Amino acid sequence: MIEEGLKNELAKQGVVLTTLQELYNWGRGNSVWPLSFGLACCAIEMMAASMAKWDIARFGSEVFRPSPRQADLMIVAGTVTKKMAPQVVRLYNQMPEPKYVIAMGACAISGGPFKQGYNVLKGIDRLLPVDIHIPGCPPRPEALLHALITLQKKIEIEALTGPNRPRHLDADAPSEFPVPQFGEHDIVPAMNPLLWKPTQVVR
Amino acid sequence: MSVATESPAPRNYEVVPKTSPEGSELDGELLEVAMGPQHPSTHGVFRMDVVLDGETVVKLKPVFGYLHRNHEKIAENTSYLGSMPYTDRLDYFCSLTNNWAYALAVEKLAGLQVPERAEFIRVITAELTRLQNHTSVCGFLLQDMGALGTPLMYAFREREKILDLFESLTGARMMCNYMRFGGCRCDLPPGWLDRVRKIVGDFPQFLDSYEALLNTNEILLARTQGVGRLPRELAISAGVTGPMLRACGVDYDIRKVDHYGIYDRFEFRIPLGEQGDVYDRYMIRLLEIRESLKILQQALKEVPGGPIIDPKAKLRSFRPKVGEAYGRIEGPKGELGFYLISDGSPNPYRYRVRPPSLINLTILEDMCLGQSVADAVVTLGSVDIVLGEVDR
Repeated sequence: MIEEGLKNELAKQGVVLTTLQELYNWGRGNSVWPLSFGLACCAIEMMAASMAKWDIARFGSEVFRPSPRQADLMIVAGTVTKKMAPQVVRLYNQMPEPKYVIAMGACAISGGPFKQGYNVLKGIDRLLPVDIHIPGCPPRPEALLHALITLQKKIEIEALTGPNRPRHLDADAPSEFPVPQFGEHDIVPAMNPLLWKPTQVVR
Repeated sequence: MSVATESPAPRNYEVVPKTSPEGSELDGELLEVAMGPQHPSTHGVFRMDVVLDGETVVKLKPVFGYLHRNHEKIAENTSYLGSMPYTDRLDYFCSLTNNWAYALAVEKLAGLQVPERAEFIRVITAELTRLQNHTSVCGFLLQDMGALGTPLMYAFREREKILDLFESLTGARMMCNYMRFGGCRCDLPPGWLDRVRKIVGDFPQFLDSYEALLNTNEILLARTQGVGRLPRELAISAGVTGPMLRACGVDYDIRKVDHYGIYDRFEFRIPLGEQGDVYDRYMIRLLEIRESLKILQQALKEVPGGPIIDPKAKLRSFRPKVGEAYGRIEGPKGELGFYLISDGSPNPYRYRVRPPSLINLTILEDMCLGQSVADAVVTLGSVDIVLGEVDR
């Protein structure tokens, strides 16, 4: 690592020193392209965040891509029903690595106000690895921007090598997740045991 | 050096026929395309299964249910008041009108009287909702035509101003949960009416610039005029309501027909279309905004004082007597109705929503047949659907 003082001294002389990891993460973190993928009410707040007042372009994420092949970030904005869950997972599988997921709103986190419904998935983290959760029903655009900044900070400290390297640099880590099918009563599998385990109630 | 001033001669291009003559080897196979549920122009998780002959739509099957959230079943298992926040999430652009329709149905069921001041607040909030819904819809429609960004950004800029008003009144931008049975939840914050007056006063200026920018735009005219035509008889027999119906020239507005609330005190006109095509629907919405502004200006002049909720209204242990009621209002999308059956218990026995988006969507195939698939997208955009309401 370069000493901070030396780095500043060199910067004054017009010499910028950095590591490959920092440069790589800086570039990735400041151009996170989300998938334009709205599910329900939260999608309107997601759109509002990309409009003039909140202006998500300040954080490099204004390029909403309609194709999952060009997107880095999936914002699960809204209620995921059991009819929609296979499509959500399939879209995630179609995204190229490195990819991230933001679960926006109460419904995407846990089913929210519709949790008791027979047709609502009780949280997308049962099927996908969620990086950031945003509470709220719907969360304000500021909350989405905060989640994006949090994601950027997470990207910033990702190591390129070593045991803590992220999933996309680890050949053994799964990059696609099983797409659930319609079963007799529920989607099968109802959850991915690698990602989510039911909480054990201890009485 | 001389510059050629002669204009180039027109060229003759050979136009390949869309479908080959019958019996030839080149007979086009039909192509089935599933547009959605993830598609940038299906306004949410809606799927259109289209069968195409070249680019022409031969068959169109709408597939719903990707956002079915058990709204009606949940409402039958919660108290009457407990369903109020769920109505916000039906048509998430217009939570305040949804609240009003539900409150109206329960007020009919329980026989509650709404005080004068609450009626005025309801009219003001409902018309503000109509303003922001119609401007956003026009923006979305233009986005479907390829005007990425600008019209929608202008629309959302104005929408944010109205959402700020909602936020200071109700505490939430979108999910307002403001109406109560027999009135409203809380009184207006100080200075709120002045802020509304300012926004209502400034709105025509925005509308003028918006219309000057778009209404005579060549692309808009080419993509909308004569596209997605809906015959008047079909619209009536299919139960289409709202701006869709009025674009076909049918003078039917629940505000005039039903005289609910205090709408008969205000002077406003109902804009009517002639052709029933996408352009008419677009223009009807813009004209309705102007009429809403008229209502708002009249309502803002004379907001009376007094209570905002019927003193007889009980929030806790609310049990209306046995019976049934249907409350309907002219929502921004059409006739929004709530049908309730009470068996005297704290929960409704049956709770049914008449969603205008769903019923307006049923005639989508009739409007799209024989047109190109790009026009089907524009036609869908002009129907103004919100999937929360379509699937419930």
